[in-house]
Amino acid sequence: MSAIPESERPAMSHGFRLQWEEAQNAHVLLYPEGMVRLNTSAGEILRRCDGAHSVGEIVAELEQVFARKGLAGDVIAFVSMAKQRGWLERAP
Amino acid sequence: MSPGDAVGPPLWLLFELTYRCPLHCVFCYNPVDFAQTQDELRTDDWLRVLREARALGAVQLGLSGGEPLLRDDLETITAEAHRLGYYTNLITSGVGLDETRLRALKDAGLDHIQLSFQDSTREINDFLSHTRTFELKQKVAALIKAHGYPMVLNCVIHRLNIDHVDTIIELADRLGADYLELANTQYYSWAHLNRDHLLPSRDQLEAAERTTNAWRSRLGGKMRILYVVPDYHETRPKRCMNGWGSTFMAVTPDGTALPCHTAKMLPGMLFPNVRAASVRSIWHDSEGFNRFRGTGWMKEPCASCDERDRDLGGCRCQAYLLAQDPAAADPVCDKSPHHHVVTEAAAHAQDPALIVKPLVFRGPKESLALARRAAGTATA
Repeated sequence: MSAIPESERPAMSHGFRLQWEEAQNAHVLLYPEGMVRLNTSAGEILRRCDGAHSVGEIVAELEQVFARKGLAGDVIAFVSMAKQRGWLERAP
Repeated sequence: MSPGDAVGPPLWLLFELTYRCPLHCVFCYNPVDFAQTQDELRTDDWLRVLREARALGAVQLGLSGGEPLLRDDLETITAEAHRLGYYTNLITSGVGLDETRLRALKDAGLDHIQLSFQDSTREINDFLSHTRTFELKQKVAALIKAHGYPMVLNCVIHRLNIDHVDTIIELADRLGADYLELANTQYYSWAHLNRDHLLPSRDQLEAAERTTNAWRSRLGGKMRILYVVPDYHETRPKRCMNGWGSTFMAVTPDGTALPCHTAKMLPGMLFPNVRAASVRSIWHDSEGFNRFRGTGWMKEPCASCDERDRDLGGCRCQAYLLAQDPAAADPVCDKSPHHHVVTEAAAHAQDPALIVKPLVFRGPKESLALARRAAGTATA
Protein backbone atom coordinates (compact mmCIF):
# COMPACT_ATOMS: atom_id res chain seq x y z
CA MET A 1 0.00 0.00 0.00
CA SER A 2 1.44 3.35 -1.01
CA ALA A 3 1.67 6.04 1.65
CA ILE A 4 -0.67 8.99 1.21
CA PRO A 5 0.85 12.40 2.00
CA GLU A 6 -1.33 14.65 4.16
CA SER A 7 -1.15 17.30 1.43
CA GLU A 8 -2.91 15.09 -1.11
CA ARG A 9 -6.43 16.18 -2.10
CA PRO A 10 -8.51 13.07 -2.81
CA ALA A 11 -11.53 13.35 -5.09
CA MET A 12 -14.31 11.00 -6.08
CA SER A 13 -13.32 9.00 -9.16
CA HIS A 14 -14.96 9.62 -12.48
CA GLY A 15 -18.36 7.89 -12.64
CA PHE A 16 -18.61 7.44 -8.86
CA ARG A 17 -21.26 9.20 -6.82
CA LEU A 18 -21.77 9.39 -3.08
CA GLN A 19 -25.25 9.99 -1.73
CA TRP A 20 -27.30 9.62 1.41
CA GLU A 21 -29.98 6.92 1.13
CA GLU A 22 -32.85 7.29 3.54
CA ALA A 23 -34.11 3.73 2.93
CA GLN A 24 -30.74 2.30 3.96
CA ASN A 25 -30.04 4.92 6.63
CA ALA A 26 -26.53 5.18 5.21
CA HIS A 27 -24.28 6.87 2.71
CA VAL A 28 -23.86 4.73 -0.38
CA LEU A 29 -21.29 4.88 -3.12
CA LEU A 30 -22.80 4.40 -6.57
CA TYR A 31 -20.86 3.47 -9.69
CA PRO A 32 -21.57 1.71 -12.99
CA GLU A 33 -23.86 -1.20 -12.10
CA GLY A 34 -22.77 -1.30 -8.48
CA MET A 35 -23.28 0.08 -5.00
CA VAL A 36 -21.38 -0.01 -1.72
CA ARG A 37 -23.19 0.72 1.52
CA LEU A 38 -20.84 2.68 3.75
CA ASN A 39 -20.56 2.64 7.51
CA THR A 40 -20.71 5.95 9.35
CA SER A 41 -16.99 6.69 9.45
CA ALA A 42 -16.45 5.72 5.80
CA GLY A 43 -19.34 7.99 4.80
CA GLU A 44 -17.99 10.87 6.88
CA ILE A 45 -14.54 10.59 5.30
CA LEU A 46 -15.74 10.10 1.73
CA ARG A 47 -18.12 13.01 1.72
CA ARG A 48 -15.20 15.28 2.50
CA CYS A 49 -13.14 13.96 -0.42
CA ASP A 50 -14.15 16.71 -2.81
CA GLY A 51 -10.80 17.43 -4.47
CA ALA A 52 -10.55 20.74 -2.60
CA HIS A 53 -9.62 19.52 0.88
CA SER A 54 -6.32 17.84 1.70
CA VAL A 55 -6.10 14.67 3.77
CA GLY A 56 -4.63 16.80 6.57
CA GLU A 57 -7.60 19.18 6.50
CA ILE A 58 -10.06 16.27 6.44
CA VAL A 59 -8.38 14.75 9.50
CA ALA A 60 -8.47 18.07 11.36
CA GLU A 61 -12.15 18.60 10.55
CA LEU A 62 -13.16 15.08 11.62
CA GLU A 63 -11.18 15.42 14.85
CA GLN A 64 -13.05 18.61 15.58
CA VAL A 65 -16.52 17.35 14.60
CA PHE A 66 -16.21 14.11 16.55
CA ALA A 67 -14.13 15.60 19.37
CA ARG A 68 -11.46 12.91 19.00
CA LYS A 69 -7.71 13.01 18.51
CA GLY A 70 -5.43 10.76 16.51
CA LEU A 71 -7.67 9.98 13.52
CA ALA A 72 -4.90 10.50 10.93
CA GLY A 73 -3.94 6.81 10.78
CA ASP A 74 -7.52 5.64 10.21
CA VAL A 75 -8.26 8.29 7.60
CA ILE A 76 -5.06 7.60 5.66
CA ALA A 77 -5.69 3.84 5.74
CA PHE A 78 -9.23 4.34 4.45
CA VAL A 79 -8.18 6.76 1.71
CA SER A 80 -5.52 4.38 0.44
CA MET A 81 -7.98 1.47 0.46
CA ALA A 82 -10.52 3.63 -1.43
CA LYS A 83 -7.86 4.58 -3.98
CA GLN A 84 -6.92 0.94 -4.47
CA ARG A 85 -10.53 0.08 -5.13
CA GLY A 86 -10.80 2.94 -7.59
CA TRP A 87 -13.33 4.97 -5.56
CA LEU A 88 -10.98 7.91 -5.10
CA GLU A 89 -8.35 9.55 -7.24
CA ARG A 90 -5.84 12.29 -6.55
CA ALA A 91 -7.12 15.71 -7.55
CA PRO A 92 -4.78 17.44 -10.02
CA MET B 1 -39.42 -17.02 3.71
CA SER B 2 -39.28 -17.39 7.46
CA PRO B 3 -41.57 -15.00 9.34
CA GLY B 4 -38.73 -13.09 11.05
CA ASP B 5 -36.84 -12.18 7.86
CA ALA B 6 -37.22 -8.55 6.88
CA VAL B 7 -37.48 -7.85 3.16
CA GLY B 8 -35.03 -5.14 2.10
CA PRO B 9 -35.65 -2.58 -0.64
CA PRO B 10 -35.56 -3.39 -4.39
CA LEU B 11 -32.19 -1.64 -4.72
CA TRP B 12 -31.71 -2.53 -8.36
CA LEU B 13 -34.46 -1.71 -10.84
CA LEU B 14 -34.24 -2.81 -14.46
CA PHE B 15 -36.48 -1.35 -17.15
CA GLU B 16 -36.68 -3.47 -20.27
CA LEU B 17 -38.20 -0.63 -22.23
CA THR B 18 -38.85 -2.58 -25.41
CA TYR B 19 -38.23 -5.99 -26.95
CA ARG B 20 -37.63 -4.36 -30.33
CA CYS B 21 -33.98 -4.63 -31.32
CA PRO B 22 -31.96 -4.08 -34.48
CA LEU B 23 -29.69 -6.96 -33.49
CA HIS B 24 -30.55 -10.66 -33.66
CA CYS B 25 -28.09 -12.14 -31.17
CA VAL B 26 -28.13 -15.91 -30.85
CA PHE B 27 -27.58 -15.73 -27.06
CA CYS B 28 -30.24 -13.11 -26.18
CA TYR B 29 -31.91 -13.63 -22.80
CA ASN B 30 -35.21 -12.03 -23.85
CA PRO B 31 -38.01 -14.61 -23.91
CA VAL B 32 -38.11 -16.71 -27.07
CA ASP B 33 -41.76 -15.69 -27.54
CA PHE B 34 -40.98 -11.94 -27.13
CA ALA B 35 -42.66 -11.07 -30.45
CA GLN B 36 -46.05 -11.80 -28.87
CA THR B 37 -45.59 -8.71 -26.70
CA GLN B 38 -47.04 -5.80 -28.64
CA ASP B 39 -48.34 -3.52 -25.97
CA GLU B 40 -45.45 -1.49 -24.52
CA LEU B 41 -45.93 0.67 -21.43
CA ARG B 42 -46.46 4.37 -22.03
CA THR B 43 -44.09 7.05 -20.79
CA ASP B 44 -46.38 7.95 -17.86
CA ASP B 45 -46.36 4.36 -16.62
CA TRP B 46 -42.56 4.17 -16.63
CA LEU B 47 -42.34 7.50 -14.77
CA ARG B 48 -44.83 6.35 -12.12
CA VAL B 49 -42.88 3.11 -11.58
CA LEU B 50 -39.69 5.15 -11.20
CA ARG B 51 -41.25 7.27 -8.45
CA GLU B 52 -42.85 4.35 -6.61
CA ALA B 53 -39.68 2.25 -6.66
CA ARG B 54 -37.50 5.16 -5.58
CA ALA B 55 -39.80 5.72 -2.59
CA LEU B 56 -39.11 2.10 -1.58
CA GLY B 57 -35.35 2.66 -1.83
CA ALA B 58 -34.46 1.66 -5.41
CA VAL B 59 -31.27 3.44 -6.40
CA GLN B 60 -29.63 1.69 -9.36
CA LEU B 61 -31.58 1.87 -12.59
CA GLY B 62 -30.78 -0.15 -15.70
CA LEU B 63 -32.32 1.01 -18.96
CA SER B 64 -32.27 -1.93 -21.28
CA GLY B 65 -34.34 -3.88 -23.79
CA GLY B 66 -34.25 -4.99 -26.62
CA GLU B 67 -32.59 -1.80 -27.69
CA PRO B 68 -33.68 1.03 -25.34
CA LEU B 69 -32.68 3.69 -27.88
CA LEU B 70 -35.68 2.63 -29.95
CA ARG B 71 -37.88 4.38 -27.35
CA ASP B 72 -38.00 8.09 -28.12
CA ASP B 73 -38.92 8.81 -24.48
CA LEU B 74 -35.58 7.44 -23.22
CA GLU B 75 -34.38 10.98 -22.49
CA THR B 76 -37.59 11.79 -20.57
CA ILE B 77 -37.31 8.64 -18.46
CA THR B 78 -33.59 9.28 -17.82
CA ALA B 79 -34.24 12.87 -16.75
CA GLU B 80 -36.93 11.87 -14.25
CA ALA B 81 -34.72 9.07 -12.90
CA HIS B 82 -31.84 11.49 -12.45
CA ARG B 83 -34.08 14.00 -10.71
CA LEU B 84 -35.24 11.29 -8.30
CA GLY B 85 -31.65 10.34 -7.39
CA TYR B 86 -31.15 7.12 -9.34
CA TYR B 87 -27.78 6.16 -10.71
CA THR B 88 -28.74 5.59 -14.33
CA ASN B 89 -27.15 2.91 -16.53
CA LEU B 90 -27.92 2.66 -20.24
CA ILE B 91 -27.36 -0.84 -21.58
CA THR B 92 -27.15 -0.61 -25.34
CA SER B 93 -25.93 -2.13 -28.58
CA GLY B 94 -24.98 1.39 -29.64
CA VAL B 95 -27.23 1.26 -32.69
CA GLY B 96 -28.95 4.66 -32.84
CA LEU B 97 -26.54 6.42 -30.47
CA ASP B 98 -25.36 9.48 -32.36
CA GLU B 99 -23.94 12.82 -31.22
CA THR B 100 -27.39 14.45 -30.81
CA ARG B 101 -28.87 11.63 -28.81
CA LEU B 102 -25.82 11.26 -26.59
CA ARG B 103 -25.78 15.00 -25.88
CA ALA B 104 -29.47 14.86 -24.92
CA LEU B 105 -28.94 11.85 -22.64
CA LYS B 106 -25.99 13.55 -20.98
CA ASP B 107 -28.09 16.67 -20.43
CA ALA B 108 -30.81 14.45 -18.95
CA GLY B 109 -28.26 13.26 -16.37
CA LEU B 110 -27.38 9.80 -17.64
CA ASP B 111 -24.58 8.42 -15.45
CA HIS B 112 -23.15 5.56 -17.43
CA ILE B 113 -23.31 3.64 -20.69
CA GLN B 114 -22.61 -0.04 -21.11
CA LEU B 115 -21.88 -0.83 -24.74
CA SER B 116 -22.16 -4.39 -25.94
CA PHE B 117 -20.08 -5.89 -28.66
CA GLN B 118 -19.90 -9.44 -29.90
CA ASP B 119 -16.33 -10.07 -30.95
CA SER B 120 -12.98 -8.55 -31.90
CA THR B 121 -13.44 -9.52 -35.53
CA ARG B 122 -15.91 -7.99 -37.94
CA GLU B 123 -16.85 -11.43 -39.24
CA ILE B 124 -17.92 -12.93 -35.92
CA ASN B 125 -19.43 -9.70 -34.52
CA ASP B 126 -21.62 -9.26 -37.57
CA PHE B 127 -22.43 -12.96 -37.86
CA LEU B 128 -23.51 -13.36 -34.22
CA SER B 129 -25.67 -10.23 -34.24
CA HIS B 130 -26.83 -10.83 -37.80
CA THR B 131 -26.05 -7.19 -38.60
CA ARG B 132 -23.22 -5.06 -39.96
CA THR B 133 -22.42 -3.21 -36.75
CA PHE B 134 -18.72 -3.82 -36.07
CA GLU B 135 -17.42 -0.43 -37.26
CA LEU B 136 -20.46 1.36 -35.86
CA LYS B 137 -19.72 0.04 -32.35
CA GLN B 138 -16.18 1.37 -32.50
CA LYS B 139 -17.46 4.79 -33.54
CA VAL B 140 -19.98 4.76 -30.70
CA ALA B 141 -17.26 3.76 -28.23
CA ALA B 142 -15.21 6.79 -29.29
CA LEU B 143 -18.28 9.02 -28.93
CA ILE B 144 -18.98 7.72 -25.41
CA LYS B 145 -15.36 8.41 -24.48
CA ALA B 146 -15.47 11.89 -26.02
CA HIS B 147 -18.47 12.78 -23.85
CA GLY B 148 -16.54 11.92 -20.71
CA TYR B 149 -18.40 8.79 -19.71
CA PRO B 150 -16.72 5.92 -17.94
CA MET B 151 -16.61 3.29 -20.66
CA VAL B 152 -17.94 -0.13 -19.87
CA LEU B 153 -17.75 -2.67 -22.65
CA ASN B 154 -19.62 -5.92 -22.40
CA CYS B 155 -18.88 -8.92 -24.54
CA VAL B 156 -20.88 -12.11 -24.14
CA ILE B 157 -18.53 -15.08 -24.34
CA HIS B 158 -19.27 -18.51 -25.84
CA ARG B 159 -17.56 -21.15 -27.93
CA LEU B 160 -17.71 -19.09 -31.14
CA ASN B 161 -15.63 -16.22 -29.72
CA ILE B 162 -13.94 -17.54 -26.57
CA ASP B 163 -10.72 -18.28 -28.43
CA HIS B 164 -10.56 -14.58 -29.35
CA VAL B 165 -10.47 -13.36 -25.75
CA ASP B 166 -6.92 -12.07 -26.24
CA THR B 167 -7.89 -9.79 -29.13
CA ILE B 168 -11.21 -8.87 -27.48
CA ILE B 169 -9.28 -7.49 -24.49
CA GLU B 170 -6.81 -5.81 -26.85
CA LEU B 171 -9.70 -4.11 -28.69
CA ALA B 172 -11.25 -2.94 -25.41
CA ASP B 173 -7.89 -1.53 -24.33
CA ARG B 174 -7.46 0.25 -27.67
CA LEU B 175 -10.94 1.79 -27.32
CA GLY B 176 -9.97 3.10 -23.88
CA ALA B 177 -12.44 1.03 -21.86
CA ASP B 178 -12.44 1.53 -18.08
CA TYR B 179 -14.24 -1.76 -17.48
CA LEU B 180 -14.58 -4.83 -19.63
CA GLU B 181 -17.15 -7.46 -18.78
CA LEU B 182 -16.40 -10.82 -20.31
CA ALA B 183 -19.68 -12.45 -19.48
CA ASN B 184 -19.86 -16.11 -20.30
CA THR B 185 -23.25 -16.92 -21.76
CA GLN B 186 -25.92 -17.99 -19.32
CA TYR B 187 -28.07 -20.64 -20.88
CA TYR B 188 -31.64 -19.28 -20.87
CA SER B 189 -34.02 -18.34 -23.67
CA TRP B 190 -32.24 -18.01 -27.05
CA ALA B 191 -28.93 -19.14 -25.57
CA HIS B 192 -30.60 -22.29 -24.20
CA LEU B 193 -32.06 -22.96 -27.61
CA ASN B 194 -28.59 -22.61 -29.16
CA ARG B 195 -26.67 -24.21 -26.31
CA ASP B 196 -24.99 -26.92 -28.36
CA HIS B 197 -23.39 -24.22 -30.51
CA LEU B 198 -22.46 -21.90 -27.66
CA LEU B 199 -21.26 -23.88 -24.64
CA PRO B 200 -17.45 -23.81 -24.62
CA SER B 201 -15.30 -26.74 -23.61
CA ARG B 202 -13.48 -26.78 -20.29
CA ASP B 203 -10.14 -26.40 -22.12
CA GLN B 204 -11.41 -23.27 -23.87
CA LEU B 205 -12.64 -21.79 -20.58
CA GLU B 206 -9.38 -22.43 -18.79
CA ALA B 207 -7.35 -20.95 -21.65
CA ALA B 208 -9.59 -17.85 -21.69
CA GLU B 209 -9.20 -17.40 -17.95
CA ARG B 210 -5.40 -17.68 -18.21
CA THR B 211 -5.38 -15.08 -21.00
CA THR B 212 -7.61 -12.76 -18.95
CA ASN B 213 -5.36 -13.04 -15.89
CA ALA B 214 -2.26 -12.32 -17.99
CA TRP B 215 -3.90 -9.13 -19.31
CA ARG B 216 -4.97 -8.14 -15.80
CA SER B 217 -1.40 -8.17 -14.54
CA ARG B 218 -0.14 -6.41 -17.67
CA LEU B 219 -2.76 -3.62 -17.43
CA GLY B 220 -2.54 -3.07 -13.68
CA GLY B 221 -5.47 -0.88 -12.66
CA LYS B 222 -5.86 0.78 -16.08
CA MET B 223 -8.83 -1.35 -17.14
CA ARG B 224 -10.81 -3.57 -14.82
CA ILE B 225 -11.78 -6.89 -16.35
CA LEU B 226 -14.69 -8.82 -14.96
CA TYR B 227 -14.74 -12.44 -16.06
CA VAL B 228 -18.05 -14.16 -15.36
CA VAL B 229 -17.63 -17.93 -15.37
CA PRO B 230 -20.32 -20.14 -16.87
CA ASP B 231 -21.85 -22.40 -14.30
CA TYR B 232 -22.22 -25.53 -16.45
CA HIS B 233 -18.64 -26.43 -15.58
CA GLU B 234 -19.13 -25.86 -11.84
CA THR B 235 -20.33 -28.08 -9.00
CA ARG B 236 -22.08 -25.43 -6.91
CA PRO B 237 -24.83 -23.14 -8.21
CA LYS B 238 -24.69 -19.35 -8.36
CA ARG B 239 -26.54 -17.27 -5.79
CA CYS B 240 -28.96 -16.12 -8.45
CA MET B 241 -29.98 -12.43 -8.36
CA ASN B 242 -28.55 -12.30 -4.81
CA GLY B 243 -31.70 -14.18 -3.85
CA TRP B 244 -35.22 -14.13 -5.28
CA GLY B 245 -37.01 -10.90 -4.34
CA SER B 246 -34.05 -9.68 -2.26
CA THR B 247 -32.51 -6.90 -4.36
CA PHE B 248 -33.73 -6.89 -7.94
CA MET B 249 -36.88 -6.07 -9.86
CA ALA B 250 -37.20 -6.13 -13.63
CA VAL B 251 -40.10 -4.57 -15.50
CA THR B 252 -40.72 -5.99 -18.97
CA PRO B 253 -41.97 -3.90 -21.93
CA ASP B 254 -45.61 -4.76 -21.18
CA GLY B 255 -45.28 -3.93 -17.48
CA THR B 256 -44.83 -7.38 -15.99
CA ALA B 257 -42.70 -7.17 -12.83
CA LEU B 258 -40.19 -9.99 -12.40
CA PRO B 259 -37.72 -11.03 -9.67
CA CYS B 260 -35.18 -11.99 -12.36
CA HIS B 261 -34.68 -11.34 -16.07
CA THR B 262 -36.02 -14.69 -17.21
CA ALA B 263 -38.57 -15.70 -14.54
CA LYS B 264 -41.46 -15.26 -16.94
CA MET B 265 -40.69 -18.71 -18.37
CA LEU B 266 -41.60 -20.46 -15.10
CA PRO B 267 -44.84 -22.40 -15.37
CA GLY B 268 -47.67 -21.93 -12.91
CA MET B 269 -46.42 -18.55 -11.76
CA LEU B 270 -48.46 -15.37 -11.87
CA PHE B 271 -46.34 -12.24 -12.02
CA PRO B 272 -47.97 -8.90 -11.27
CA ASN B 273 -48.19 -6.03 -13.74
CA VAL B 274 -47.30 -2.43 -12.87
CA ARG B 275 -50.44 -1.28 -14.72
CA ALA B 276 -52.58 -2.95 -12.08
CA ALA B 277 -50.52 -2.90 -8.88
CA SER B 278 -48.22 -0.54 -7.01
CA VAL B 279 -44.51 -1.32 -6.80
CA ARG B 280 -44.88 -1.61 -3.02
CA SER B 281 -47.57 -4.28 -3.22
CA ILE B 282 -45.71 -6.09 -6.01
CA TRP B 283 -42.49 -6.20 -4.00
CA HIS B 284 -43.99 -7.08 -0.62
CA ASP B 285 -47.29 -8.84 -1.21
CA SER B 286 -47.36 -10.53 -4.62
CA GLU B 287 -47.25 -14.29 -4.82
CA GLY B 288 -44.69 -14.09 -7.65
CA PHE B 289 -42.13 -12.19 -5.55
CA ASN B 290 -42.73 -14.23 -2.39
CA ARG B 291 -42.74 -17.67 -4.00
CA PHE B 292 -38.97 -18.36 -3.73
CA ARG B 293 -37.90 -15.79 -1.15
CA GLY B 294 -35.53 -17.06 1.52
CA THR B 295 -35.25 -20.82 2.10
CA GLY B 296 -38.71 -21.91 3.30
CA TRP B 297 -39.78 -23.17 -0.16
CA MET B 298 -36.90 -25.59 -0.53
CA LYS B 299 -37.09 -29.33 -1.15
CA GLU B 300 -34.36 -31.88 -0.59
CA PRO B 301 -31.42 -31.87 -1.13
CA CYS B 302 -31.54 -28.08 -0.50
CA ALA B 303 -33.81 -28.05 2.58
CA SER B 304 -31.30 -29.78 4.85
CA CYS B 305 -28.13 -28.62 3.06
CA ASP B 306 -25.64 -26.67 5.17
CA GLU B 307 -24.87 -24.45 2.15
CA ARG B 308 -28.49 -23.40 1.53
CA ASP B 309 -28.02 -19.89 2.91
CA ARG B 310 -24.95 -19.34 0.72
CA ASP B 311 -26.40 -20.14 -2.72
CA LEU B 312 -30.14 -20.20 -1.88
CA GLY B 313 -30.59 -23.28 -4.05
CA GLY B 314 -29.22 -21.57 -7.17
CA CYS B 315 -31.31 -20.45 -10.10
CA ARG B 316 -35.05 -21.23 -10.35
CA CYS B 317 -35.12 -20.87 -14.12
CA GLN B 318 -32.23 -23.28 -14.52
CA ALA B 319 -33.99 -25.74 -12.20
CA TYR B 320 -37.03 -25.52 -14.44
CA LEU B 321 -35.13 -25.75 -17.72
CA LEU B 322 -32.95 -28.67 -16.67
CA ALA B 323 -35.03 -30.52 -14.05
CA GLN B 324 -38.52 -29.41 -15.15
CA ASP B 325 -39.22 -28.23 -11.59
CA PRO B 326 -38.73 -24.59 -10.50
CA ALA B 327 -38.51 -25.69 -6.83
CA ALA B 328 -35.79 -28.29 -7.42
CA ALA B 329 -32.13 -27.79 -6.60
CA ASP B 330 -30.28 -26.04 -9.44
CA PRO B 331 -28.84 -29.01 -11.39
CA VAL B 332 -25.45 -27.27 -11.51
CA CYS B 333 -25.10 -28.50 -7.90
CA ASP B 334 -23.50 -31.93 -7.76
CA LYS B 335 -25.88 -32.80 -4.91
CA SER B 336 -28.81 -32.46 -7.34
CA PRO B 337 -30.23 -35.75 -8.67
CA HIS B 338 -30.30 -34.00 -12.08
CA HIS B 339 -26.64 -32.95 -12.09
CA HIS B 340 -25.97 -35.45 -14.89
CA VAL B 341 -27.88 -33.18 -17.32
CA VAL B 342 -25.24 -30.50 -16.76
CA THR B 343 -22.26 -32.85 -16.91
CA GLU B 344 -23.63 -34.38 -20.12
CA ALA B 345 -23.99 -30.94 -21.74
CA ALA B 346 -20.44 -30.06 -20.61
CA ALA B 347 -19.13 -33.37 -22.00
CA HIS B 348 -20.93 -32.72 -25.26
CA ALA B 349 -19.13 -29.36 -25.47
CA GLN B 350 -15.85 -31.29 -25.77
CA ASP B 351 -17.00 -32.66 -29.15
CA PRO B 352 -18.46 -29.95 -31.38
CA ALA B 353 -18.67 -32.31 -34.38
CA LEU B 354 -21.94 -33.70 -33.04
CA ILE B 355 -24.08 -30.53 -33.37
CA VAL B 356 -27.04 -31.19 -35.64
CA LYS B 357 -29.52 -28.44 -34.72
CA PRO B 358 -29.35 -25.19 -36.71
CA LEU B 359 -28.34 -21.95 -35.00
CA VAL B 360 -31.45 -19.82 -34.39
CA PHE B 361 -31.14 -16.02 -34.61
CA ARG B 362 -33.31 -13.88 -32.35
CA GLY B 363 -35.91 -12.24 -34.56
CA PRO B 364 -39.66 -11.59 -34.60
CA LYS B 365 -40.30 -14.27 -37.24
CA GLU B 366 -38.33 -16.94 -35.38
CA SER B 367 -39.95 -15.85 -32.11
CA LEU B 368 -43.50 -16.25 -33.44
CA ALA B 369 -42.63 -19.64 -34.90
CA LEU B 370 -41.28 -20.79 -31.52
CA ALA B 371 -44.37 -19.44 -29.73
CA ARG B 372 -46.63 -21.33 -32.15
CA ARG B 373 -44.63 -24.51 -31.66
CA ALA B 374 -44.83 -24.15 -27.84
CA ALA B 375 -48.60 -23.56 -28.01
CA GLY B 376 -48.93 -26.64 -30.25
CA THR B 377 -47.03 -28.77 -27.73
CA ALA B 378 -49.12 -27.47 -24.85
CA THR B 379 -52.44 -28.31 -26.47
CA ALA B 380 -51.35 -31.60 -28.07
